[in-house]
Order: sequence, then structure tokens, then C-alpha cells
Amino acid sequence: MSATVVPAATSPAQPLSLSRPRRRKRRDGRTAFFFLLPNAVGFLVFTLTPLVASLVLSLFVWPLTGKSSFVGFGNYVDLFSKDPSFRAAIVNTLYYVAAYVPLNVAVALGVALWLKGYSRSRRILRVIFFVPVLTPLVADAVVWSLILTTRNGLVDSVIHAIFGVQGPEWLSAPQWAMPSIIIVAVWQGFGYNMLLFTAGLHAIPETFYDAARIDGASRWRTFRSVTVPLLSPSLFFGIVLTVITSFQVFDLVYVLTDGGPGTSSTTIVYWLFEKGFNDYAMGYASAIAWVLFLIVIVITAVQMRLQRRWVFYES
Amino acid sequence: MSTYVKPYDRRSRPRRVASNTCLVIAVFLLLLPLLWGIGTALKPEADAFDNKLSSFAYATEFGNFVTAWNYGPFGRFLVNGLIVAAGGTALTVSTSLLAGYGFARLHFRGREKLFFFYVATLVVPQQVLVVPMFFMMRDFGWINSYQGLIIPWAFSAFGVFLMRQFFRSIPLELEDAAKVDGAGHLMTFWRVMVPMVVPAIGVLGLFTFIAYWNSFLWPLILVNSRSLATVPLGLQFFETQQGYQWNLLMAGGTISLLPGLILAVVLQRYLSRGISLSGLGGR
Repeated sequence: MSATVVPAATSPAQPLSLSRPRRRKRRDGRTAFFFLLPNAVGFLVFTLTPLVASLVLSLFVWPLTGKSSFVGFGNYVDLFSKDPSFRAAIVNTLYYVAAYVPLNVAVALGVALWLKGYSRSRRILRVIFFVPVLTPLVADAVVWSLILTTRNGLVDSVIHAIFGVQGPEWLSAPQWAMPSIIIVAVWQGFGYNMLLFTAGLHAIPETFYDAARIDGASRWRTFRSVTVPLLSPSLFFGIVLTVITSFQVFDLVYVLTDGGPGTSSTTIVYWLFEKGFNDYAMGYASAIAWVLFLIVIVITAVQMRLQRRWVFYES
Repeated sequence: MSTYVKPYDRRSRPRRVASNTCLVIAVFLLLLPLLWGIGTALKPEADAFDNKLSSFAYATEFGNFVTAWNYGPFGRFLVNGLIVAAGGTALTVSTSLLAGYGFARLHFRGREKLFFFYVATLVVPQQVLVVPMFFMMRDFGWINSYQGLIIPWAFSAFGVFLMRQFFRSIPLELEDAAKVDGAGHLMTFWRVMVPMVVPAIGVLGLFTFIAYWNSFLWPLILVNSRSLATVPLGLQFFETQQGYQWNLLMAGGTISLLPGLILAVVLQRYLSRGISLSGLGGR
């Protein structure tokens, strides 16, 4: 892990700690306790407790005020048998993830390859391409809703000027609401992966490319056989994180479409918010939260499994 | 004659021109939404939907920014956002520094297991926690409060992870030298180690600040008073019965971009190093 800096001879602290007296080691324990304490207390109170509490809540009918009652897996049964909006939310969220993640990674990788290098202009360009990541999604959403407005919006005006036809109703047609959200999300979000991939690309020794050139490899071949395998740890990390965060899509939906029209852009978290903080069905909302959590866990675990197939770690 | 040719010199002139042209177009398209927002912010309200480029020529209503500032009041949202983001960043960075050092350099039983557990919680979506957290805030009396906006999210495993990666990349010799000189753990940490991880502090600080500044779901749940609204929440208040006041909304949106942009420009040299260490475990 820290192989870049720590000299091989002193590898993982083991030889050093052998030479230390035993008392020293025990004292570390007490010191460590105080170093970890501030974070650990907060972590216990504000991460672990609510995590367990939400699982417990999900087994109850729990209104904001008034009596709660234990229903076992009743909320989960209702979710899947009586709640068509929830089913729509799952389908929409999967649609979002399936489209957003590949688009994000492709754009990020494309720009990273385009702009790799250390020259001043490239460095500045990378910061420029990173700018949308820094903008609040809510602010982006309002700008884009102006741009995507039917007929008077910028996009429709351009389409009309070039093709002479009326563009679709981007945000109010059921089949276009989700693609519109995805476009805005990719525009806003690809910058992080772009920087991640750039760092990965810069870590690939130039000699590999020289060797490929001497062997007469085409650009595509070089990309497939040199760049992708050597970049695969970054690609893997970026994809795993992007999948996790993309399942949580909410801000754009809330501002751009309100989950509509109908339920055509209702996502899991949007429905969680509706149930929990509009209907105040807190137990039900917790069940939605845990379904989301389980989906994320399963998909992340599958990716961890599959990583052996394609991720290449040196040494 | 040298046979070595730099890669970027190999391209012929027309190709270089084509590539640069594409780049200019890409940058333009990328920034177009932001420029459009800024342009609209400077228009009179009636022209918000006028797409003719000429309508931007007369977009000189700098007064919109003043109106937006007082409307809402947006200035208040901005101050709230800065308080929450700065407080959250300070708390996150300081606790992460301490715990990251503990995990990287102190020896105690179960260290790796505990660390693995921390990292595993990175998978937990924030939304899984919000319902119980809301009850907790109610019991603490933290609904509509700064501490309710700041404290619950200041103990992320991500910060600990990032700091540990950085601390581990510092040569052990440096620390040992300090110990030989008789410095204790706290002294070594503060005088030797913290100065070495300034880039990490920059990166974690930037991402934490941005996350707090842009956060929407939690303020939406926790805050129902204008006097405590942060910027993303405040932007919602530009909607009236007649719909949005687009020019004011865009003025507010433009102002909301500034802190992130300023921080990014200041901290940009730390960005890629921070990302490569957090992303690849020190590769």
C-alpha cells in the first residue's frame, strides 16, 4: 500500500516493533484509545446507532407522533406487494444506475486520456473540467431546468433552429424525464472520476508505452493491452464508488421533476423522502432505506467478487 | 540526430489544430450551462426566456445580485452555509487526523479489524441513517440548529481512511527521529506528522466543505425556518405562486458557485495527489 515511499527494508513496521521493548507496545494501546476516541464516539453515535435503529424501525409501523406497533416484515411485504410506486422507484433507479455509471466512466476516462500530462495548460484544463463537481446540484438543476424548458428553452431552440422540428418535452414527458436527469448528472459528476483516472494514468510508467510503440501496437491495441489493465485498479475503485453514490440519486429528481410525471422519474431515495417526511411513515421509510442498503451491499459484493477477473494489481 | 520524439510532437499540424478546436468546443459546451445561468442572472426578469444572443448583450442588471442578496434573504443563507460548511470541515478534518494517525502508526490489538470495519461502513448510504437521525435530533432538541446540520455527518469513515493512507506514506524514519529526540506521541503527531499531511488536509477539507455546502436532503429534513436555511435549501425560496423568479434564482445560483470555485483554485495542486492516494491506496 505505502510501497511508493517506505523503503523495502523497513516494510510494514514489523522489524521495528520487534526491537521495541514490550512496555512500549502496551502504551500505544492507551495512546491509540485517545487518538481514536473523538472519531469513534461520533461514529458510534451518528453512524452505527442510526444504522441499527433504522433496521429496528423498519419492523414497526412508526408514525412521527403517536403509538407505534410491531409488524415484523410487514413493511417489506407491503413494499413489494402493495406499492406500485416503490416498484417503479426500483426500476427507475436501476435504469439510472445502468445508464449513468457507464456514461460517467466513459466520459471521465475519455477526458482523462485527452488531458493527461503535466503541462500548465493541461493542469488548468483539468481544473476547468472539474468545476461542475463543485457546483451544488440544486443550483445546477435550476439552471438546467431553464435550459431544458419546453419550447422556450435553449436546447429546444437549438433543435428547432437546426432541424426545424420541435424537441421533446424534456422534463414533462414520461420517457424523457429520466434521460434528462441522467444527462445533467453526468455533466455534473464525471469530473471526480476524471481526476481519479488521470492520477492512475500518470502512475503508468512511460516504458510500457515505449514498448508497445516498438512492437508496433495500434492505438486501440495499446489502450486495450496497456492502459486498461494498468489502470484497472483506478477504474475498479471509481466504478464501485460511482455505483454506490448513483443509487442515492435524489437532489436532481427533487428539483427537476418531483419524481414525475406520474412516477416516471421517482427513485428509491425520492420515495423514501416522500414516505418518511411527507407522509411521516417512519417505519415504512426505514424499510425502503434497508432495501436500498441491501441492494447496494449485494451489488458491491458482486463487484468485489468479479474484480479478480479483470482488475490487475502489480506485485 | 536524436531519434527520441516527444509524443505530443508526433502529431501533424492539422491534427493538432483539430484537437485544440475540439477542446475549445468541449470546454465551451461544458461551461455553457454555467455561463447561461450567469447571463440570465444579469437579465431583466421579462427576458429570462429570451434565447436570442442579443438578449444577453443588454444583460447588465447587476442590481439582480443585490436584489437576490436581500431576497429570501439570500445573504443569510450564504452565511448559514459558510458556518455549517466551515464548522463541519473543521470537525471532520480534526477527528480524521487523530484517528487516521492512530490507525496508521499506533500499535494496538484488533487494529486492522477495526479499520476494516470502518472502511466497510463506506458502503452505507447516508439515506439509510436519516430517519433515525431525525428522531435523534428531535430528542436532542437539535431540529433547526447549526449543530444538527454539522455534527451528525462529521465522523465519516472516508476522512479516517484518507488520513491513514497519507500517514502511511510518510517514512517511518522521520517519526523515529522525533522519538529519539524525546518527543511523545502527541508532540510527534502535532509537530512532525501533521505538517507532512497538509496536502491531505487540503483535499479532505475541500471535499468536506463542498459536501456540506452542497448538501440538500439533510437540511431539507432538519430545517424548516428561513433563518437557518443553507444555500441549496434557500434557492427553493425563489419559487413563488407565479413560479420561479428566474433571474434572481440564477443570481443566487451564481453566488452559490463561488466558495467551491475559490477553494478549488487555491487547493488544486493537492487535488490529484489526494485523489490518487485515497483512490488507490498509495499506488
